[in-house]
Amino acid sequence: MRYVKPESFEAAATLLRDATGISRILAGGTDVLVQLKAEMVEPDLMVDLKHLPGMREITPEDGGFRIGAAVSGAELGEHDAVKAMWPGVVEGVELIGSSQVQSRATMAGNLCTGSPAGDAVPAMVTAEAVARVHGPDGVRDVPVVDIPTGPGKNSLSKGEFITSIYLPARPAHAGDAYLRFIPRTEMDIAVSSAAVSLTLDQEGVVTDARIAIGAVAPTVRLVKDAGVALVGSKLDDAAIAAMVRAVEAACSPITDKRGTIEFRTKTAGVLAKRAALIAYGRAGGQL
Amino acid sequence: MKTIPVATTINGDETEFLCHTDESLLDVLRDRLGLTGAKEGCGTGDCGACSVMMNGRLVCSCLVLGVETEGAEIETIEGMAKGDTLHPLQRVFLEEAALQCGICTPGILVAAKALLEKNPDPTDTEVRYWLAGNLCRCTGYDKIIKAVQTAAAEMRGA
Repeated sequence: MRYVKPESFEAAATLLRDATGISRILAGGTDVLVQLKAEMVEPDLMVDLKHLPGMREITPEDGGFRIGAAVSGAELGEHDAVKAMWPGVVEGVELIGSSQVQSRATMAGNLCTGSPAGDAVPAMVTAEAVARVHGPDGVRDVPVVDIPTGPGKNSLSKGEFITSIYLPARPAHAGDAYLRFIPRTEMDIAVSSAAVSLTLDQEGVVTDARIAIGAVAPTVRLVKDAGVALVGSKLDDAAIAAMVRAVEAACSPITDKRGTIEFRTKTAGVLAKRAALIAYGRAGGQL
Repeated sequence: MKTIPVATTINGDETEFLCHTDESLLDVLRDRLGLTGAKEGCGTGDCGACSVMMNGRLVCSCLVLGVETEGAEIETIEGMAKGDTLHPLQRVFLEEAALQCGICTPGILVAAKALLEKNPDPTDTEVRYWLAGNLCRCTGYDKIIKAVQTAAAEMRGA
């Protein structure tokens, strides 16, 4: 295996484009090195990008924040301003793994790994986060929701990699939240999960709602109908029930050792409801 | 396979070693540098027995490549005692028998020290969550949590 620290994003893109065999990009390494150890993947080329400009920085930009692709969960969790603006995004990232894993794991890595259960992903989707992708043909911005395409798969082409994730400015009277179900309280993979981002008007009526679900489909899903069901409401029982029905209808999970189709579908709805109530409170709404 | 020279600082000492590109920091510490305090439990970042500090952050050394540590500051369990004087955590773990087989102990001590530097007065819940990535199959954890709290109280008083 060749291990390379390229001098620039351009050099990295060229190197990855021209590489034969299996290439991997090293960010936190908490997935890649596990695969290496298990001999699931035996890369010919490992490209480490952590040292390149901006990769480890959190920078304010247009009222939001640009999060470098190598910023760890621990570093993100220690950034009070990001936490205040997007608490749901930060709580999702912070649920990944142990204290040790938090020192290394990144939200960009969690996204590119393409796990349907990735804890960082649903709240990035509801935040309408945008990934900045560098590649052999230059730079493009891609909505986070369009990156994962299936378990272990993403939409990046050969030579492309994420260098940062942009969390946009949050409007006034807005809040987000992320919840997952696991059979214990720590160190586990989501059986199902839900993120909710709400914007309210002065009276506490929902004017915009986005809901995303995890571990209940081949990719994290944005459930537009579920968001629509909450708009115009103050999260009354009828609106919540309609939202839960839309979430359940959007689930197409598998049955495995962690949960059945029925259990995952049911809990996704319950989590979406509970996350909506938390997001509503964070947005300043009074129930 | 070719080896690559890497220059790091380990427990305050400038250290150079040669390693293969696919070799973990844990393998470098144990097999090349003779620092066998960090243990390999799972090798996949679940058990925390290989915990060390890298640039001030608690990491599983099995999930770090040796070549990634160029220029890094590494602290291992071997650097925790000062000469013959044990760190309060080490001493209290012995006094309160917060270990049985001892395989998890170096990782737990390194992790607990990192916690107390960040949060000198944690709740039991905070200690349990912080140490969730350090598995112990012997003690049932209660003695570990108590020992961390005893050492924390002593360190706050010191």
